[in-house]
Amino acid sequence: MARARTILTTEKFKLTIERLCHQLVENHPRFEHTCIIGIQPRGIPLADRIVKRLRTMVKNPEFNYGKLDITFYRDDFRIRQTPLEASTTEMEFLVEDKNVILIDDVLYTGRTVQAALTAINHYGRPRKVELLALIDRRFNRHLPIQSDYTGMIVDALDEAYVKVEWEDIDGTDKIKLYPKKANT
Amino acid sequence: MLSTKHVLGIKYLTTADIQKILETAQQFKEVINRPIKKVPSLRDVTIANLFFENSTRTRISFELAEKRLSADVVNFSASSSSVKKGETLLDTVNNILSMKVDMVVMRHPSPGAHLFLSNHIDANIINAGDGTHEHPTQALLDAYSIRERLGSLDKKKILIVGDIKHSRVALSNIFCLQKLGAKVKVCGPPTLIPKHLPHLGVEVEYDLKKGLQWCDVANVLRIQLERQDIKYFPSLREYAHYFGVKKSILDELTHQIVIMHPGPINRGVEISSDVADSDHSIILNQVENGVAVRMAVLYLLAGQRN
Repeated sequence: MARARTILTTEKFKLTIERLCHQLVENHPRFEHTCIIGIQPRGIPLADRIVKRLRTMVKNPEFNYGKLDITFYRDDFRIRQTPLEASTTEMEFLVEDKNVILIDDVLYTGRTVQAALTAINHYGRPRKVELLALIDRRFNRHLPIQSDYTGMIVDALDEAYVKVEWEDIDGTDKIKLYPKKANT
Repeated sequence: MLSTKHVLGIKYLTTADIQKILETAQQFKEVINRPIKKVPSLRDVTIANLFFENSTRTRISFELAEKRLSADVVNFSASSSSVKKGETLLDTVNNILSMKVDMVVMRHPSPGAHLFLSNHIDANIINAGDGTHEHPTQALLDAYSIRERLGSLDKKKILIVGDIKHSRVALSNIFCLQKLGAKVKVCGPPTLIPKHLPHLGVEVEYDLKKGLQWCDVANVLRIQLERQDIKYFPSLREYAHYFGVKKSILDELTHQIVIMHPGPINRGVEISSDVADSDHSIILNQVENGVAVRMAVLYLLAGQRN
C-alpha cells in the first residue's frame, strides 16, 4: 500500500471552499441567468457544498443547480477494458443563453471537462461557461483547458493520484496525494 | 461489464448482467427524454440490422437506439436481398461483416440461428428474436417496465397469458423474471401451453380469472397464427371469450393489476380496447423503455471491445 501524503488539511480545506465561494460571488453578485453544474460523480460533493454555502451568502440567489453525468460523452469509451458505470443526470433546466459554472473536484487531463462541454451543448447554447476545480494538476493536461476558479494547484508526476475526501463520505475533509493510483 | 460477448438469449445472461443492463437503461431513459436525445458513445461503431423476419417495433426501436448512440447503421431485410437467390446465412453475414461491421442485430425464423452464427463470426451478436425461442431485449424491457411501475421484481407475481407455445417473448420473460426473483405463471388453452413448462419452475393456470386474481402483472401475448401449422383452438371468437382480457374481468378483481403487451395487439382477441387503453396498461411505456434498454445493451456490448 503506497503511503499517502495529506496536501490539504481539514482547516485549509474549509478555507479554500470559502474562498472559492467568495470568488464566485464577486463575479456573479446575484447569480442571474446562471446555472451551476456539478460533474458526476466526484464533482457532486464539492458542488453540493458550494451551492449550500452560496445560498447562505447571497439572498435568494437565482441560479439553477444541476448534476451532469458525462459517461456517455467520454472519448475513452472502447479504449478502456470495461465501460464506465453511468451515474444519474439531474438537469431540470436548459442552459440556452445562460452563464454556466462547471464544478469538478480535480482538473487533470481536461478530457472530463471536454466531455462535459459536449454534454452541456445538448441542453442548449450557453452564453459563457466557466470552470471551478478544487485541484488543478496543471502539468498533466492533454487538452488546452484551464480552470477559472482553482482551489489548489498540485504539481505531481503523471502516475500520482490526488484524492479528495469528504466529511460526509470519508469522515473528514482533506486532500491526499498518492504516489501511484494502483495502490490507493 | 457483461459476462458475455453476445446477447443470444436471457438464458445466457447472469442476474448481474441483467441488473447492469437495467441500471444502465435507467440513465439512457433520461438521455432520450432530453431536448437533444443523442450521445456520441458509439460514434466509431457500425451496426448491421439483419431482419430475416418481419418487424416494426423491434426494428425501429433498435434503429433509434443505435442512432441515438451515434452508431452507423445499415439495414437489411431478407425479402429484398440475395437470400432470395439462395445465399446461406453464414455467407450473407460474412459478406456484410467484410464491410467492417462491428455488431449484428438479427431476427431470424430459425431458433438457434444466433448461437450458430456466434460460433463462426467475431462481431457482437444481439438476438432480436429467433423463431419461437428467445427475444431477450423484449424480456429486458418488460422487466424494466415492471420495475419502473412496481419498484422491484422481487417476489412479484407475473402471469403470462396467451400463445405460450409459439411465443419467444414468453420464454425470455420466464428466464428473465425468474432471475430477478419474480414468480411466473402462464395461462392459456392447454393446446398452446408447452408440456415441459413445469421443468422451468412455471405453474400453469387454465382459468383466466383465477390467474388474473393471483397476479400483480399480466403480460398478454398475441396469438401467433403465422406460426400455427394446425388449429389449436376452434375459433378466435371462442379464444377471445375464454382467454381475452376484458374490462369486465378486471373490474371483478379485488386489486388493481398492471397490463402489459409486447405488441402487435389484436384488439378484441387477446385484449379488449378498453383494457389496452386504460390506466392499467403500460403498453406504450414498454415501447418507450425498449429504446433505452436496447441502448444499454448496445452500449455495454460495444464497450467490451478494445
